[in-house]
Amino acid sequence: MQRPKWLDQDRIKSFFLGTRTRYGAIFTTVIYTVLIVIAFVYLYPLLYMFITSMKSPEDLLNPMVQWVPTTVYLENYRKAFRVLDYLRTFLASLQTSLLPSLLQVIVCSLTGYGLARYRFRGKQLLFLLLVATFIIPAQTTVIPQMLTYKRYGLLGNVLSLIIPAALGQGFRSAIFVLIFYQSFLSLPKVLEESARLDGASEWRIFYNIALPNAIPAYVVSLIFSMVWYWNETYLTVIFLEGGIQTLPMQLSKFVQAYENLYPPGTVNIFDRLNEAVKLSGTFLNILPLLVMYFVLQRWFVESVERTGITGE
Amino acid sequence: MKKTRLSRHEIKPATREALQGLAFVFLWLLGFALFTLLPLVQTFLYSLNQVTVTAEEIQLVPVQWANYARALFTDPTFVDLLIEYAIETLVSVPIVLIFALIIALFLNLRFRLKGVFRTIFFLPVIITSGPVIRELVEQGVASVPQLANLTLITQFLTQLPSYLRAPIQYLLTSFIIIFWFSGVQVLIYLASLQKIDPSVYEAASIDGASGWVSFWKITLPALSGTTLVNAIYTIVTLSHFSENKVIKYIYSQTYAVQGGIGYASAMSFIYFAVLLLLIGGIYLLIAPQTRK
Repeated sequence: MQRPKWLDQDRIKSFFLGTRTRYGAIFTTVIYTVLIVIAFVYLYPLLYMFITSMKSPEDLLNPMVQWVPTTVYLENYRKAFRVLDYLRTFLASLQTSLLPSLLQVIVCSLTGYGLARYRFRGKQLLFLLLVATFIIPAQTTVIPQMLTYKRYGLLGNVLSLIIPAALGQGFRSAIFVLIFYQSFLSLPKVLEESARLDGASEWRIFYNIALPNAIPAYVVSLIFSMVWYWNETYLTVIFLEGGIQTLPMQLSKFVQAYENLYPPGTVNIFDRLNEAVKLSGTFLNILPLLVMYFVLQRWFVESVERTGITGE
Repeated sequence: MKKTRLSRHEIKPATREALQGLAFVFLWLLGFALFTLLPLVQTFLYSLNQVTVTAEEIQLVPVQWANYARALFTDPTFVDLLIEYAIETLVSVPIVLIFALIIALFLNLRFRLKGVFRTIFFLPVIITSGPVIRELVEQGVASVPQLANLTLITQFLTQLPSYLRAPIQYLLTSFIIIFWFSGVQVLIYLASLQKIDPSVYEAASIDGASGWVSFWKITLPALSGTTLVNAIYTIVTLSHFSENKVIKYIYSQTYAVQGGIGYASAMSFIYFAVLLLLIGGIYLLIAPQTRK
């Protein structure tokens, strides 16, 4: 007697346990469970932040309202927008992250190219110094720099971030040098030699051959560099305070700035500072990064995979 | 014509190549001298002096190692903060590494909606910044919800000696935040997972190795170098993070009346030394496992 096909033991077994070419149902379930749990860990703070920021003061006090606010309440954002002085600080942040990161990426790519394509003595030492710049805490170098900038009147000027970046000493430069080093190392030597035979100068070889082949490395580095400059608060507070106010700097003074605009005691109870307003501010702070990330994410992920970032 | 030009070039090819290479790294070298080496030496000099900054000049009064002695033996908070920082770092590093490895292993599998999950898992790379993290911690989003407040757990904790209690309490209150420091590490693991030759796995499975065995015998050894890099990266980012308590304390002392630049410089160097010790310790722990 022939059993129906769907009762065939091998088929059932392979459905649950998988075959050599595809995963079984059990394993697939495990994968998705773990993935969703981990995704939740990352999304939970963002979701919490977003939902709380949409809550009206009544919703905040009401313990029944957890995840779904009763009304669409945008007043928090209007307040946070004013407190952060959003347009001005946004443009300041854009300026302080875009200019240094562009220069940083260019100079780091030159350095990486020099390290990857030429033999010279002292290269080992150079790598050692490179790693050292990554490890050395900013605290051990920042005070003399600050005093020097003060002497030349550069405190509060975006130049105080641009100059180190243009000399390869920007924020976490070592990582970018290593990314470019890896990327240029994999370029076939033949290309370079044939160009040299054709009489191309070293600079032309870099510009016309190496650079176009390293576009993914440039994309990744630029994104990382911009994000890190955007998020940086320690150096920006020391170098820019008084001159330029970036978005994260303003966020760390949120309470103070709020009370300047809405002095406690003079405003009614619903206009007091609450966590919904604070979280609106935080959300406004990361919103530009989120937008950039979702626009560029395809590029970003692919480039990361193609550059094969490893620090070795 | 070409011949004469060549013969006039007296520089040897090797020297020439070296000079060309140095030309490319010149900007970086200059920057290193001006913005890393020089300030480092100056900070060290400051740390040996009592520094007063006036409108016109910087006055130095030599005090030898007094600033260091004060930080280590007199200051009531600094050493405590340092120990706390060291413990928190040592607790966080393995968690970050294991978590990053798990995510990377999963992202390396074949499944649908991979792009969506990848996008979510790389979010920390974008968002992790001082003020944002502080805001999240203040709102209590950072901890495992409600777990830290359970009576059972708080009672259990009071029974423990303090050197055990501190790390556990830290774990309970900042568990989720620790995960947020694993963004770049996931990328690094993923990149080196993709470099492992698939034929090695095939060979192993033909010889009868299960997935479990090949993970321990092939994947993990292949990742040992990456693990070292990741461990160092984790220590450095945690130590440079602007919400780090030691950093905040040093910063506050820089402008404090009793503190001053000299004292803050001395503390920075002690902090640097502890950071190097931590890296050295982790290095000695992991390096013997790496095989090249």
